[in-house]
Amino acid sequence: MTPAATAKLKPPVGANDHVQGPADTPVTLVEYGDYECPYCGEAYPVVKALQERLGDQLRFAFRNFPLSQMHPHAEHAAEAAEAAGAQGKFWQMHDILYENQDALDAEDLVRYAHALRLDVPRFVKEMAAHLYAERVRDDFGSGVRSGVNGTPTFFINGVRHDGPFDLGSLLAAIEAAV
Amino acid sequence: MAENTNKILAPGTAAPDFALHSTPDQLVSLSDFRGAPLILAFYPADWSPVCGDQMALYNEVLPEFHKFKAAIVGISVDGAWCHSAFSRDRKLHFPLLADFEPKGAVARLYGAYRDRDGVSERALFVIDPKGTISWSYLSPVGVNPGADAILTALEELAPKK
Repeated sequence: MTPAATAKLKPPVGANDHVQGPADTPVTLVEYGDYECPYCGEAYPVVKALQERLGDQLRFAFRNFPLSQMHPHAEHAAEAAEAAGAQGKFWQMHDILYENQDALDAEDLVRYAHALRLDVPRFVKEMAAHLYAERVRDDFGSGVRSGVNGTPTFFINGVRHDGPFDLGSLLAAIEAAV
Repeated sequence: MAENTNKILAPGTAAPDFALHSTPDQLVSLSDFRGAPLILAFYPADWSPVCGDQMALYNEVLPEFHKFKAAIVGISVDGAWCHSAFSRDRKLHFPLLADFEPKGAVARLYGAYRDRDGVSERALFVIDPKGTISWSYLSPVGVNPGADAILTALEELAPKK
């Protein structure tokens, strides 16, 4: 038994996940990411381009893997995305965070909550209470047990993608998987 | 680079003792960790240029290791001053040991030295509370092995309820 052989997504994408795309696609791409990680920032437009290219063929899920010792804003940003998610705007916040990776202070997060017309008092209260810390921790734990070894880590149909994550490489890996 | 040419120490082997510097004035010995599981993580070098490199990942997973009362040390041939700077930069909360003089001596004891490259392998060992290797794994040197298999090894070591 080798770690490489066991690098399979646990648990599979389910009802708790933040998902874009239909449920019955031939390809499910999962990213474990950190909002402050520059490599995840590089992967962000790549995922958008994949979604554009593959359309209804692709389902994309994002799970939190904040490297909070290295990135002091990562945990808070992940909780902010979850707090927005609780108000139905996970992906909108996700995009704003990746498009503003150098502005992830607490007041920035509140500014984004305003911009998304969230219930801001609720957002602020839930952030202060770290209401979504456990959810973020659960994502992190599932990542560790799935063999996530850095950020970003992608899984294509449940199998860890070990190669580069530029558009061409991910497209080729997806084509090989289906 | 040739991969996996070494034969690392197998489970069941008594873990060879060592005493290495964790800082310029601090020595760490295998026997310091008797009574609890220890993870030995040999790795090629400090300062690998990626986010979430192997040591940074273990730093984030430390709470999971601590659930098993396990300690972890990283070992490379880098000197203690280099380790100090790297550790401070990455805010690591576990010791990095300098297998520096004679170079790679401890890595050799564990079968985890790459003669051709002059660095240690990416090799993992879980040592049980009595000092016996309970699990070992040699990773391709370019692949960060992650933490999943370590946690599985610690689970197997944990007292059954």
